Parts: sequence; C-alpha cells; structure tokens
Amino acid sequence: MDKSDFEGYTCPVPIRPTDTVVLGHGSGGTLSRDLLNRLFLPELGKAAPRALDDSAVVTIDGQRFAITTDSHVVSPLFFPGGDIGRLAVCGTVNDLAMIGAQPVALTCGFVIEEGLSFDVLQRVVASMKEAAQEAGAYIAAGDTKVVQKGGADKLFINTSGVGKIAQGLNISGANAEEGDLVIVSGTIGDHGIAVLSAREDLGFETTLESDVAPLNHLVQAMIGAGEIHVLRDPTRGGLATSLVEIAEQSNVTIEINEPLLPFKPAVKAACEMLGFEPLHIANEGKLVAFVKESDAEKVLGVMKQTKYGADAAVIGRVIGTKKPQVRLKTAIGGTRLVDMLPGEMLPRIC
Amino acid sequence: MKYLDEYRDPAKVKSLLREIESIVTRPWVIMEICGGQTHAFLHHGLDAMLPAQIELVHGPGCPVCVTPLEQIDRAISIASQSNVIFTSYGDMLRVPGSSKDLFSVRAQGGDVRVVYSPLEAVQIAESNPDKQVVFFGIGFETTAPANAMAVLQAKNKDIRNFSVLVSHVRVPPAMEAILSSKSNRVQAFLAAGHVCAVMGYHEYPPIAEKYHVPIVVTGFEPIDLLNGLLAAVRQLEAGRAAAENQYQRAVRFEGNGSAQRTIRRVFQSVDRKWRGIGVIPQSGWGLNSEFQDFDAEKRFAVDHIFTQESSLCIAGEILQGLKKPLQCAAFGKGCTPQTPLGAPMVSAEGACAAYYKYHRDVMYG
Repeated sequence: MDKSDFEGYTCPVPIRPTDTVVLGHGSGGTLSRDLLNRLFLPELGKAAPRALDDSAVVTIDGQRFAITTDSHVVSPLFFPGGDIGRLAVCGTVNDLAMIGAQPVALTCGFVIEEGLSFDVLQRVVASMKEAAQEAGAYIAAGDTKVVQKGGADKLFINTSGVGKIAQGLNISGANAEEGDLVIVSGTIGDHGIAVLSAREDLGFETTLESDVAPLNHLVQAMIGAGEIHVLRDPTRGGLATSLVEIAEQSNVTIEINEPLLPFKPAVKAACEMLGFEPLHIANEGKLVAFVKESDAEKVLGVMKQTKYGADAAVIGRVIGTKKPQVRLKTAIGGTRLVDMLPGEMLPRIC
Repeated sequence: MKYLDEYRDPAKVKSLLREIESIVTRPWVIMEICGGQTHAFLHHGLDAMLPAQIELVHGPGCPVCVTPLEQIDRAISIASQSNVIFTSYGDMLRVPGSSKDLFSVRAQGGDVRVVYSPLEAVQIAESNPDKQVVFFGIGFETTAPANAMAVLQAKNKDIRNFSVLVSHVRVPPAMEAILSSKSNRVQAFLAAGHVCAVMGYHEYPPIAEKYHVPIVVTGFEPIDLLNGLLAAVRQLEAGRAAAENQYQRAVRFEGNGSAQRTIRRVFQSVDRKWRGIGVIPQSGWGLNSEFQDFDAEKRFAVDHIFTQESSLCIAGEILQGLKKPLQCAAFGKGCTPQTPLGAPMVSAEGACAAYYKYHRDVMYG
C-alpha cells in the first residue's frame, strides 16, 4: 500500500478513546492534553489565555492575582514521606508558585467515602495544617461531601488557592528563550516510585520517600537571585512531559544531558526493573526552571542554600527556536527525542 | 548504578564503535531478535552511531506485538464477563482488539487488573473464591517459567477459580520462519539474551549451520549490543556462521535447567498464530493434557473467536524485518502510541513505538 492509498482511506480501525474517559486521560500526558484541547478549552478556555500554565492570572482593579485548583486522588492515602493532606496543600501551593506567586489562602473540598475512620481524617487534616503553615498560607474555606460506600475511594481532596504576584513579574511556560539554562531543583522521580512501591507492595529493600513539599520559598529565593523565564513542577507525566509542554508553549528546542540528570539510585533501579522511563515519573516537590544564562550560576547557588533545592543541578539548555522539541544527549554520546507520557504508565512484560 | 554503568561506559562505546568500523568492509543486514534490544539501541541513540554499512532490522521478539488479534479479542470477551477478574501484564492493556482494548473494558466496568507477576494472579484467585480469575499468559521463553509456575501453584493449592489464557511463543521457530522466507534479507542475528538465559543456546548451532547465518547471543546494554554486533560482523566478514555467546554473564549453553523443567511440566509444543505473520508450526506452547482444566479458552468457550487483521498495519512485515516503521504509510499519522493500529506501536518493546518515541524527527524533519 503506498502513501496515496492511505491518505484516501477512512480508517475504521484505530481505537481512539473518544466516547469514554479512560484512566489515561488523567495521566498528565498526551491523552490528558487531548481531553483539554478537544473538550475543556473550546468550551471553557476562551477567557483564559494562559490556561496551559500551572496557575491562571486574574486582574482585579489593576492588581494581578494567581488562581489555581487541583484535585487529589492517591492510593494509599499515607505513603513514605507524605500523605494525601500534604499532597493536596503542596499541589496547589506549587501551582501558584510556578508563576512566581506567593500563596495567600487556600480552600479545600473533601469527598469522603462512608466508613472512613475519624482517626485517618484527623491525621490528614493535621498534615494539611502543617503543610499550609510551612508554605505561609492559610486554609480559608472548606466543604465536605460524604458518598456511599463504593462511591469514592476513601478520600478525595480538592484544593484551590490564590496568590499575590509581584509587580512586573512575568513567569510562564511560553517565556523560554534561546540560551536559557535548564535547572532542576533536585532528584527526579522520587514521589512516583515511592507511591508505586507502597501501593503495589513491590518489596524494595530501601524505603524511598516521596519528595512532596511546598516550593514557594525556594521560588521566591530564585526570583531574588536572577531572571527566571519559566517555572514548572513536573508532577504527573514527569519531567519529560513538562519539558515537551514548555518546548511547545515557547516554540523552542531544548537539549538535556543524560549524565547531568539527578536520580536517587533506588529510583533508577526501580525504573530499570519495571521498564519505566524515569523522565515520566511524577514529582511533587521538584521544579524545573528556565533561567537567563548569565544569571544561572547565581540562581543555582541560591537554590543550593535552600531546604528543597540542595540537590539542584543544571541539566541542559535551550538550543534553538522554531522547532518545538526536546532532545536528550545520552550518556554514551548518542541523541534521541524525549516524548510526553502517552497515557497510563505501563510496566513492561519482560 | 552497579551492573549497569560499566556497560554504558562512553569510552568503551567509542572504542567498540571504532573496532567495528575498522573491520567492516561491506554492507550487512543484522537483525536484533528482541524488542528490548531494539529499544536499547534507540533509547541510547546507539543506532545512529553505527557505521553506515550496518543496517539493523528489528525482529519479532516483542511478546505484545506478536500476540494475534483474535487472542486479544478472546481476552476482551472474557474480561467483559461479570464475575471475572482479568489479570494481565501492563502493556497488554493498550493493544487494540478488533473493536476495543482492555483499557476500555475496564472503563466500562470490567475488573481488569495489572499484575507484576502471574503468581499475584493466583493470590487474587485465592482471596476471591467467588470470582473467576484469569491470567493472560503471553510472552516468549522468558515469561513461560513464571506462568507455568502459576499454573502449578494453582493446581497444588487446588485453586479452581484460576485459569490462564495462554499465547506463548518461542524464538527459534520464528528465526527459521524468517530465514526460510523468500524475501529474507537477514544475514546475521543478535539472539535475545533473556530468552537464552532460560533456554540456553543449544538450539542455535543447527540453525546457524543450516542457513549459514551467524547467531550471537547478545545482552541489552550498549556495550553488550556493540560486542554482539562486533562478533556478528567478524563472522560475516570471515564468511563464518556459528552460534556464539556474547552474554556470558547471564547465559549458559544449556540454559536454566529448573526453569526448563517447569515449562515442560506444564506446557506442550503447539502450532501458534503470530500477529501479522500467520501460523508457524510448533512455534508456541499450550497447556498439556494434565493442565487442561486451567485453560481459559475452554472454560469460557472463546476458542471459536477468529479475527482478520487490519490490512493497513504492516506489523507482519516489520516483525519479519522486511520493512522499517518509517516505511509504513500509517506511521505517526493513523498509527501513534495513543491510537495504535498494530501491536508494534503499543508495547515499550515494539519497534514502531521505539521509532515513534525516539525517531519521529526523521520523518518530520
């Protein structure tokens, strides 16, 4: 069959999950973006030109505010290094921080499956309080719904947040420039592997902890040290998905260097064993920054002084414009493309 | 990381590349059998670093890719039934059957679960005695021992609500099918290291001799792959055709005896259909007479389901090394990892998925 045959062919075969939502639509990767582009943005996105950043900017009486929302579903509710409460607060705090905003107030909505023990709920709420205090924000409003057994999986939490943006500050996924250096704030993939290992009871000998943490103080320190063009927290879909998004939003070619990528040995080993791409693993306390080249050294130095940026490292740079692409220089000297997570992350057979 | 970094050493890679360059005098077509090797070549960007004379073609060694469409349809039919917990290795869930995949079955309420080992499926059966628990037992000689062990365990524990939908395939018959095809281009093989860790490579010397083709048992890291290629090129340039073992740290000539005994205890050799290739005689394993009670095809009466494959997908030609993914009209257009037409686009080990992930720029410029 030649090319012209194919282009004239209306193909009944592909199975596009167009009529039903599948889990992959929530993976943070390509399917999630399909859902956004096909359904949400055409209906709801007209008023939100920056809907693809982690937070939106609204202007009220000339004053700019950051606003965002995030729902949290995680199993198990408690995992090494964190729990759904800390995750729910940090998720929203970090989304605000990724456009340079200082979080002010959060709301929280609980969807609780009947039968959940008060003790569990108490521990989750205490953890939320602690995380909000650490971020310097407060929880201003909340809502509770209880659904019957089987109507939800134990506990879902939605948080929304508002934050202040300093005058003149403009950080967006669309602002990467040729020459920018790419910095990550620490080791990659800790959260995803820690949760997976707890959920699937994989029996790894070392206990890997989730990195879930509020990053707003780190971000403020970075802003004080130099010109930051882009910030993003590589949560679902991992670093690869964030970088591809930024390449597309800014229309630039990004090159990262494999030997420079910081990984904990346990994360690397788990990925090798299970056949996961480590660049697709979720993080909850890491950010990737695109920094003006001349400021990068100073920004990196400041990051390393902070609690959540101690392992920060330069991993690459923006090498060109017009071709939205992420390239990886491999450890052995080869080059390949880096892609978004397609759908659900699947462990390999053998 | 120990046991990996030493096989990814950039200086060693360079020197092996130079060595291959220094001995190669003419073009050679070499097939890496295993999808894991295909991915390793592309993941490390190693394919583009090879001397131009060496053309790699990608073999049929991806279990997801070669599982025939009708077997997926049978799986979907079973998984859609109420009272069934259908368990599978993760990457089978996205392989399209003729109308849907196992993901959609799950989205429509089917109880489809990813397991990391077939023994987990046996545990699920044990703790859900009122449900039928089915495991999708696919793969090459690598997954066969664990799948056989699961059946043995279920029998020993008298777990009657457990069954297996078996679609096991074997490498040597596929190699012979490729070599005896009139359009064959393959001049040497990198044999699949993991398969040989189980089976050894005692089956290969007769094939090497009969078809006059070098067969080098090869591992999965850059240094392994280059050593495998070096050995294959050396043989080709010298006009030799022998079975040799590059992957000595994992593979012995006779293989793993206890794994082979477990396989023989549970399975027998059967004719097996390969996706895109067709039936290859005695190319797979099915449950032997003693374990028929565990055969999901019979328990759920799905053995009457037969399905035609898409004429658009050239999976068969790709799996036989006749064409490259970039030569497929559907590649990257009708067929992407999100909307796979054929199995090679689905699995992390499939050749099309590897090309899509790492080499899309070749077609898009």
